[in-house]
Amino acid sequence: MRFRLNGAEIDVEAPPMKRLLDVLREECGLTGTKEGCGEGECGACTVLMDGVPVCSCLVPFAQAGATTLFTIEGLGGTHELQEAFAIEGGAQCGICTPGMILAALCLPPRATREQIRVGLAGNLCRCTGYEAIYRSIRRVADAGGLSLPAAARPSTGSQS
Amino acid sequence: MRTALSGLTLLEPRTLASALKLLRGDPPPMPIAGCTDVFVLLNFGTLPTQRFLDLSRLGALRRIGLNGDVLSIGAAATYSEIIRSRLVRRRVPMLVDAAREIGGLQIQARGTIGGNVANGSPAGDTLPVLAAADAVVVLASADGERRVPFNSFFTGYRSSLRAPGELIVAIEVPEIEGVQWFRKVGTRAAQAISKLVMAGVRRPGAAPAIAIGSVAPTVIRLPRTEAALGAGADIPTAQRTLGDEIRPIDDVRSTALYRRRVAQNLLERFWTDTA
Repeated sequence: MRFRLNGAEIDVEAPPMKRLLDVLREECGLTGTKEGCGEGECGACTVLMDGVPVCSCLVPFAQAGATTLFTIEGLGGTHELQEAFAIEGGAQCGICTPGMILAALCLPPRATREQIRVGLAGNLCRCTGYEAIYRSIRRVADAGGLSLPAAARPSTGSQS
Repeated sequence: MRTALSGLTLLEPRTLASALKLLRGDPPPMPIAGCTDVFVLLNFGTLPTQRFLDLSRLGALRRIGLNGDVLSIGAAATYSEIIRSRLVRRRVPMLVDAAREIGGLQIQARGTIGGNVANGSPAGDTLPVLAAADAVVVLASADGERRVPFNSFFTGYRSSLRAPGELIVAIEVPEIEGVQWFRKVGTRAAQAISKLVMAGVRRPGAAPAIAIGSVAPTVIRLPRTEAALGAGADIPTAQRTLGDEIRPIDDVRSTALYRRRVAQNLLERFWTDTA
């Protein structure tokens, strides 16, 4: 099945009802996407599907066909949000961090604290108490720097 | 992987007609769309179903539009699509309020209104809205289409009038006169299943419509409480009527005592907010 993953067109064979989360980790070797609760509560497995955050533990692989997928690996490790999380202590155990960063990419460029709270309501963190996470995102938002990477944007013709 | 998902069969029709034909199988495959309920059960190995029917490619099921005076919401319309729809915002703002409090953005992007109805949980957040709105469930099968009033759709805990081979294709909402109101009470605004959920319509010169979830095996309307308020009863009297009319239980999310008290408090809130 063909889809776009982090900017590259790829072709992967996997059973239709296998979870997108497992396909990314096992078939694609991208283990940055974490499994937390396995029931859509925690958001640790968040990936962007056609530019929208979804829980990859609740997506059958068949429904990812022809979509544009973006995982934490797509940011390359030196994205300003990743650096902000490092500077502000936004990551502790790290399980929620990829999902937090991907959800933050979907916020308005200058997201307010309230917009950040609503935009990240589907991502739980058991370490930081959220303050350090909000600080990390505010650091980028205050400079108007939040934006969806080009590789995460749905290609023309596909629906968001 | 927690369960053997790799062995499951997924049928992927491209048209509604072929989906309805496939639903005639014995046993019929289970329809799936946003998978926000079904995959929770699959991940925990508690769903014995082996064959599934993917509705996600059927664009017709996502349409939100007017049929004359009636708002028709395709069963596979997601909560995000409902929140974004100007038509829904204008005509059924209480449905938008409910959709905004379901899960986080990840769940809103995938979960569908038809799935909420099909799943039939007494805690389903859109269900009191559909009950208070006197919505209609549109069911289709290979033999044709029929319409069932939402308020007679559920026959018991997670059971309904939907026959095997029938698919929920749309929810129809008539024009609503009056002030709409919605309130969910849970542990957290997002990502928490309701302890109690209430929707109401205060109609000018008529009894209100009030529906409540998580206090009975199905979502229920409160005909006696509605009649009391319609006849001019004061709030303490209406609250006593409501207390007699609901049958809440103790469960993992709350207690019967708490639910009865909160339901009565919400009734007062509804009445003062919509005055």
